[in-house]
Amino acid sequence: MITHPDNVEPNAFTQAQLDWLPWLPPLPQAQLTERHLAGLVDAARAKSPYFMLLARDPDILGARTRTDKDIFYNVEAGLPRAERELAATATSRFNGCIYCASVHARFASHFSPRSADVQRLLDEGVSARLDPRWDAIVAASVALTSTPIEFGASHIQALRAVGLDDLAISDVIHGAAFFNWANRLMLSLGEPALPAA
Amino acid sequence: MTVVHAFPDVIDQLVGVVAGGAVDEVRARRPLARLHAQQSYQAIFEPAPPPPGHDGAFSAVERFAVATFVAALHRQPAFIAFYATGLSRAGASTAVQETLIAAAQQGATSGPYGSYPAGALSAEDVQGPNYTVSAAHRAVLGVRLAAALAHAHLLVLHPRDAKAEGLRALLDAGWSPDEIVTLSQLVSFLSFQVRVVVGLRALSELPAVAAAA
Repeated sequence: MITHPDNVEPNAFTQAQLDWLPWLPPLPQAQLTERHLAGLVDAARAKSPYFMLLARDPDILGARTRTDKDIFYNVEAGLPRAERELAATATSRFNGCIYCASVHARFASHFSPRSADVQRLLDEGVSARLDPRWDAIVAASVALTSTPIEFGASHIQALRAVGLDDLAISDVIHGAAFFNWANRLMLSLGEPALPAA
Repeated sequence: MTVVHAFPDVIDQLVGVVAGGAVDEVRARRPLARLHAQQSYQAIFEPAPPPPGHDGAFSAVERFAVATFVAALHRQPAFIAFYATGLSRAGASTAVQETLIAAAQQGATSGPYGSYPAGALSAEDVQGPNYTVSAAHRAVLGVRLAAALAHAHLLVLHPRDAKAEGLRALLDAGWSPDEIVTLSQLVSFLSFQVRVVVGLRALSELPAVAAAA
């Protein structure tokens, strides 16, 4: 177990770049095998303490990463990229993952480009009113993230009412669901940190 | 791109997807997500032997036991039945199965709750229980599984309360760092899978009106 007694964790949601400090030792570079590299998917991820910690179980890491990539990067129809990132940001905001929210708020701002609205979501939380379409996506993500899950027919009707087809609704479901996976890993295996100056 | 996948996969089964129906169609448009969600399930619940030098003590009984507890915390009957069946198949006794369900009933509450690092966000702190397995349940499940269930409860319901020091209880109960990563993936993956299932089921139950026009 690794503690970081000198780290002052960021205590606000931000679109700024943050670091992440692991609570268990990442896999040492010298122990990387072909199976680990396959799990990392991108060799550059061997520089990331997060991915090198997850590489302790390479098969599930590889499958997780490939699931992630198709949900967010498959641009074939469905929900625009910006709004998939909005679902990820809203989910992270509601679960309370400051690190995940920072990354995906930056993406949502980049692709939309509505940085001020994204910042209001971070500052005011998931009840911030943005516009009818974004509000429906945020509300659906939050309902799906609640335990017990509160997502149902009313959310689907609200998403249809703002113009989403079934594939786009499925993209909202998968984007929010995936961040229920990612948030729990980031929150429970390490902590965010402000980048070293 | 053609991706061959088994139909129905676990998500299809839990949703009740009909081949060629609306949900089958939308899942087919994201073929790699569909394939790798299933491969994620298989990596966790039907794992290949661990790499040389890594231990493989996280047994099938333990994996399905934690999954049954997580399913019960979500109160989704089809999801509970699926993982409880896996638990029986892995060889767990009825006593273990009943104890997991009873433990989840004691731990079940609404989430996500928890606290933020002190500051402006403290106004959003939501208090909730810090679940530990009762002595009676621990006597049936053992120290190792009891520690895993407490950790699973934290991840499912109040993940923002996680602290580095909290991993000490898992390490003390015999969980290695490799196994803690797998345990975290298991609980986090199930948090994803159950939401995909509930979301797609809602979609399948509300066909688009435009399609009939």
